[in-house]
Amino acid sequence: MSGMVEKRGRGYWLTHAGLIGGVLVIFFPIYLAFVASTVSQPEIVRPPMPLIPGGHFFENYREALVSGINAPVARMLFNSTVMALGIALGKIVISILSAFAIVYFRFPFRQTFFWLIFLTLMLPVEVRIVPTYEVAANFGLLNSYPGLILPLIASATATFLFRQFFLTVPDELAEAARVDGAGPMRFFIDILLPMSRTNIAALFVILFIYGWNQYLWPLLITTDPQMNTIVMGIKQMFPSGDDIANWPVIMATAILAMLPPVAVVIFMQKLFIKGLIETEK
Amino acid sequence: MEKRVTFKGWMLPLLLLTPQVLVTAFFFFWPAWQAVYQSLFIPDPFGLRSQFVGLGNFEFLLGDPFYRASFWTTAIFSSLVTLASMGFALWLAVMADRLIKGSGAYRTLLIWPYAVAPAVAGVLWLFMFNTRVGVISWYLGQAGYDWNHVLNPNEAMGLVVIASSWGRISYNFLFFLAGLQAIPKSVIEAAAIDGAHFWKRFWTIVFPLLSPTTFFLLVVNIVYAFFETFGVIHTITTGGPQQATTILVYKVYSDGFVGQDLGSSAAQSVILLVVVGILTIIQFRYIERRVHY
Repeated sequence: MSGMVEKRGRGYWLTHAGLIGGVLVIFFPIYLAFVASTVSQPEIVRPPMPLIPGGHFFENYREALVSGINAPVARMLFNSTVMALGIALGKIVISILSAFAIVYFRFPFRQTFFWLIFLTLMLPVEVRIVPTYEVAANFGLLNSYPGLILPLIASATATFLFRQFFLTVPDELAEAARVDGAGPMRFFIDILLPMSRTNIAALFVILFIYGWNQYLWPLLITTDPQMNTIVMGIKQMFPSGDDIANWPVIMATAILAMLPPVAVVIFMQKLFIKGLIETEK
Repeated sequence: MEKRVTFKGWMLPLLLLTPQVLVTAFFFFWPAWQAVYQSLFIPDPFGLRSQFVGLGNFEFLLGDPFYRASFWTTAIFSSLVTLASMGFALWLAVMADRLIKGSGAYRTLLIWPYAVAPAVAGVLWLFMFNTRVGVISWYLGQAGYDWNHVLNPNEAMGLVVIASSWGRISYNFLFFLAGLQAIPKSVIEAAAIDGAHFWKRFWTIVFPLLSPTTFFLLVVNIVYAFFETFGVIHTITTGGPQQATTILVYKVYSDGFVGQDLGSSAAQSVILLVVVGILTIIQFRYIERRVHY
């Protein structure tokens, strides 16, 4: 509260003006993309293009979704959805299971496993692309959903998050479960999972956006346009030579590509912020 | 920290670990090992055998003017992206923090560009600055400035920096605003009573108190600029003109997949691995310090 510090003078209105200016600067590229997705190609190739939306909204979006340029954008949206859900759910499942094992059991080489998983925090997929590509190719995973998903869930951020959370769960709960004769899996399903609901949801939001926005990996692993994801497919829509790109359709695709993750951020803002702050801690 | 209460048995925990261990082994450890292994070899031109060259690939890289140029490009690029996105975000966060009401609304308006993929951001900015149809390049042309990032290395760098910083402002804004709101207002009010002006209060009190957030964001943004901006570079410039925007990650890709120079690409991966390692250690040391206080 800066109420005591600043009075509602000129400074107050300047602050609002500054913020609105900032918001407009940040919005402008997206607004322009939207305008471009509602006008016709001739209106764009004779610059300057109009700055207010035109009347070709349905036409452009239908063309993008149904036929696209190399593949229908509807198909690319589907591929992106499978990949993003696969990455988010897959990572959560394997991470919560291994965090449970590491926190609630004592077994040989427990520390070794812990450190091996810890090491994966250090190497983003961008750094090991060539060998990872070779592994995926040897497994016959090119142009497949497992190929899009599996290499991207091989990292331990989520395992750490769940481990941190499990360590804060009171010991009495596990004690009570043991006294009641409940096995470890009963305890996991009936007590630990329900308690982790918010953490799982927050992580899901972050991982969904992470998965949806992947670019380099889908670029390598999908050579068949039918398997392209929407974020990497946009670049493939540009003509290779000197021809003019079909901007209205490309911009409609760009808008469609940002819609799902943006909707997730706006409608699940609380979970998003929680997830963001926790995964980066 | 350890649990006092644990369950018995070792079969079940190993079973629970299996999925993660398998995925990590096949898609993380094996490729990482391969990167290190391949970096010590040069495949023969027919790809049938490879010749062991020890650290030859590294020696060659460190003496290679193109690779050294790529290091510089990365340093300049990531410094500019970090400065631009953090500077603008801090400015917005300071203003939002001054508001008693409404900072939440601005937060909602400002955070969602975080969800726009770097590659999509690249396409948006490419469209505005496109030499044929771009709106901004057209108005620049009217003003007498001939914008052409396809030929001009500095303009290409400027464009990828802007496009990379743009989507990052949200993230930095969110953390700066949280950091600012965590500063006790009594400290600032005491300075105000002493007659210090807003900017004087900011630089002498607020900014030093904000330094943990600033330092954290510094590391995170450098990591972002190093690794996650591939999509921006690939959509806008594909590393050009004359490699002016070929950052290290882009070079791993273009040498490995486009140029098929596997030994060199692997050696570059290993060098990047060391860079990530150093950044991660810095980050963890910092977190440890924060936990202690």
